[in-house]
Amino acid sequence: MGRRRASQLLAGYRQFLVGRPTPSSHEQSISGSYWKLNTWRPCCMFRVSVGTPQASNYLNLGKTYAIKQRSFGSAATDIRRNPAFSKLNADDISYFRTILGERNVVEDEDRLSAANVDWMRKYQGSSKLLLLPKSSQEVSKILHHCNSRKLAVVPQGGNTGLVGGSVPVHDEVIINLALMDKIVSLDKINGILVCEGGCILENLSSFLENEGFIMPLDLGAKGSCQIGGNISTNAGGLRFVRYGSLHGTILGLEVVLANGTILDMLGTLRKDNTGYDLKHLFIGSEGSLGIVTKVSILTPPKLMSMNLAFLACKDFTSCQKLLLEAKRALGGVLSAFEFMDRHSMDLVLSHLDGVRSPLPSSLYNFYILVETTGSDETYDKTKLEAFLLRSMEEGLILDGVVAQDINQSSSFWRIREGISEASVKVGAVYKYDLSLPVDQFYGIVEEMRNRLGEAAKVVGYGHLGDGNLHLNIMTTRYDSDILAQIEPYVYEWTSKHKGSISAEHGLGLMKANKIHYSKSPETVQLMADIKKLLDPNLILNPYKKILDLFAICN
Amino acid sequence: MRKRGREEERERSEAKTGHQLVRARSGSEMKVMVAVKRVVDYAVKIRVKPDKSGVETSNVKMSMNPFCEIALEEALRIREAGAAAEVVAVSVGPAQCVDTLRTALAMGADRAVHVDAGAAPVLPLSVAKILKALVQVEQPGLLILGKQAIDDDCNQTGQMIAGLLRWPQGTFASKVVLDKEKQVATVEREVDGGIETLSLDLPAVITTDLRLNQPRYATLPNIMKAKSKVIKKVTPAELNVELKPDLEVVQVTEPPKRKAGVIVSSVDELIHKLKNEARIL
Ligand SMILES: Cc1cc2nc3c(=O)[nH]c(=O)nc-3n(C[C@H](O)[C@H](O)[C@H](O)COP(=O)(O)OP(=O)(O)OC[C@H]3O[C@@H](n4cnc5c(N)ncnc54)[C@H](O)[C@@H]3O)c2cc1C
Repeated sequence: MGRRRASQLLAGYRQFLVGRPTPSSHEQSISGSYWKLNTWRPCCMFRVSVGTPQASNYLNLGKTYAIKQRSFGSAATDIRRNPAFSKLNADDISYFRTILGERNVVEDEDRLSAANVDWMRKYQGSSKLLLLPKSSQEVSKILHHCNSRKLAVVPQGGNTGLVGGSVPVHDEVIINLALMDKIVSLDKINGILVCEGGCILENLSSFLENEGFIMPLDLGAKGSCQIGGNISTNAGGLRFVRYGSLHGTILGLEVVLANGTILDMLGTLRKDNTGYDLKHLFIGSEGSLGIVTKVSILTPPKLMSMNLAFLACKDFTSCQKLLLEAKRALGGVLSAFEFMDRHSMDLVLSHLDGVRSPLPSSLYNFYILVETTGSDETYDKTKLEAFLLRSMEEGLILDGVVAQDINQSSSFWRIREGISEASVKVGAVYKYDLSLPVDQFYGIVEEMRNRLGEAAKVVGYGHLGDGNLHLNIMTTRYDSDILAQIEPYVYEWTSKHKGSISAEHGLGLMKANKIHYSKSPETVQLMADIKKLLDPNLILNPYKKILDLFAICN
Repeated sequence: MRKRGREEERERSEAKTGHQLVRARSGSEMKVMVAVKRVVDYAVKIRVKPDKSGVETSNVKMSMNPFCEIALEEALRIREAGAAAEVVAVSVGPAQCVDTLRTALAMGADRAVHVDAGAAPVLPLSVAKILKALVQVEQPGLLILGKQAIDDDCNQTGQMIAGLLRWPQGTFASKVVLDKEKQVATVEREVDGGIETLSLDLPAVITTDLRLNQPRYATLPNIMKAKSKVIKKVTPAELNVELKPDLEVVQVTEPPKRKAGVIVSSVDELIHKLKNEARIL
């Protein structure tokens, strides 16, 4: 069971009992000083901390970095401010105060500077206003006002997005749903959870686990990211191979449109074929079509028996074969199949404290994590072990370990989940999140390694089970020469191999003008038409996703 | 700090002369016996049963007690250093203890013994008596246990078995060095004032503390080897031990719930609360 779900770790340290996810109980859980908790929450340091006393600590950090690294985004960040947008004035502020109250209209510089910079400290905006609505009605009033005044806004969740989508480019008003973190209902028979868009993923997980369910998605940023943000990025994550995409598990949404209309699509039905299924438009729309304020999601039952193996493979072909075999042999119980190369492993071991390699390190080239989740511990374990031993005899696996308790599972997951965190410690990181046919999966990593030579560290890891590669290229600082060697090469390569340039992170600011590598002109045109229909003034998250939207629309 | 209490001297000579003398087999023939307990996994949130008779264990992930893992690791290291020939893991408890013993075998224990004591919890004195009976069968030169089990936190079994066997004991060990020739174990323990060093003649009982070592993982080659290892099953009756509950658990309750924190909006409010609510100023 519960491996990397830090909720369970949390539960283990009994002083940190997490109750119903409210902001206070969350704060309580992360402000403890137990080192393990901190290491398990890579993103907390960068959270947009709303109304917490810790805020100012990391804000300062954000500031210094941000200035140093400003405008080295992957896409040109010297985007001109759209003059059609108005500038914020005193009347706007006092109007927002009447809607939200003094406290939730934030102009404080420290808090703003944290909200202006992204998780990688790569993109920085200069917003002067952060709004913290407490209800859909408040969101509606804010948007209604912004739309009529032509004030651009950026919806922000946990600000853990990796493509610069969650921070302003210029002076957009930041709307963060952190205070909308209530659970509305849980249907304990069908496992249908209805909650507000600002609920933190990990809090939802802890809540559900107490009720015998789990979230169908799990990812390294769980301690900070919000469900609304997950939906807006259509996050994939670690359970995808088992529970599939949010397009399958989201049953309904409540969304506030640019003009303030509250669109109630909050169904709790598994089947509903009346008309167009519009909620899907908003899943993965990266805050460009509306603000997700409520969510209805189908949650699978929590299964007791979880087993995890950490394996070493000789070459990438073995990894592929192992995946195929795992799907056959483990069928219904396979719940994760994660991949990382030796370089990723070395990165984590040298940059994160307290991580130890389960296998003699640097001996192997590729590592795989295989997880099973089922209902019979002994049966599942026997099945997994039989599969592993057979694969070892066949030479697909060179060596491996099987976790014997949750603590061991957590430490195996820590390696895989720690890669993102370790990568930002090197200095500058260029992240590419590609969907590729499995046979082409690792080629680009090797090519980039050859192409860049000594100039950069290149690591490849990802959700092999879903054909999703994370290619990370690290240098000591952001450098336009390096960037020129990477882009557009990576995109062209991906396009040539019929892959997608964004498997799960989205386009955001980073890939705002790159959509053409993966979508036909006709498709992009229709997207632009939809955007124009739902947000005629283009106030929602401008400059992102489809950069030349203005041109297309006008 | 070095301590050789008179008490211990006496105990040791008694152990040597007493009728329960178990001669440690010298050198590489020596056996190390390790007791391993199956407990609710360390990372699981404990829930008290509604009737307050104990904690919920059905449908809950169970694992080897972390201190027992450390005990086993130490035994394996002793064997690998050539100071012992065999490591025997023992678990007392219900049928599922076999899973815990499988883990022990996969970590590297050579053999395992399961004392099937049924579903009811077995309390420390009973476990000690069972272990004593097994020691008489197996004749190990060293018995290593965790200092306590994380479920009941009794911290008694090691001391009790040492008393029953009249063997010297080194509890809360943070370092163990075995002298094969002299048949002496040197045990360091972390005490309030620093490190206490004990020297124990074998056979002896050692209980392990957290810092003694970092247990290894179960590797696939070892899991494969473990498939052919034997788990022997015995019952307390076969060992002539009668399981008498000498303690009665009256009630198990949850600790008081911690109240959710509040966010204060100003320093003044904080001071006010510290003064009037927390009353620490
Ligand atoms: C350590 C780490 C690991 C990660 N692992 C994965 C992974 O395995 N799989 C994966 O898919 N992603 C992963 N990500 C990236 C992922 O996209 C985010 O972690 C998460 O889904 C974003 O949620 P958030 O609340 O932080 O959103 P933010 O970063 O705040 O926002 C992301 C986008 O959504 C929009 N948005 C946010 N909230 C709303 C809302 N309520 N309504 C409308 N729009 C909104 C923003 O405008 C922005 O465009 C990882 C990130 C980190 C830092």
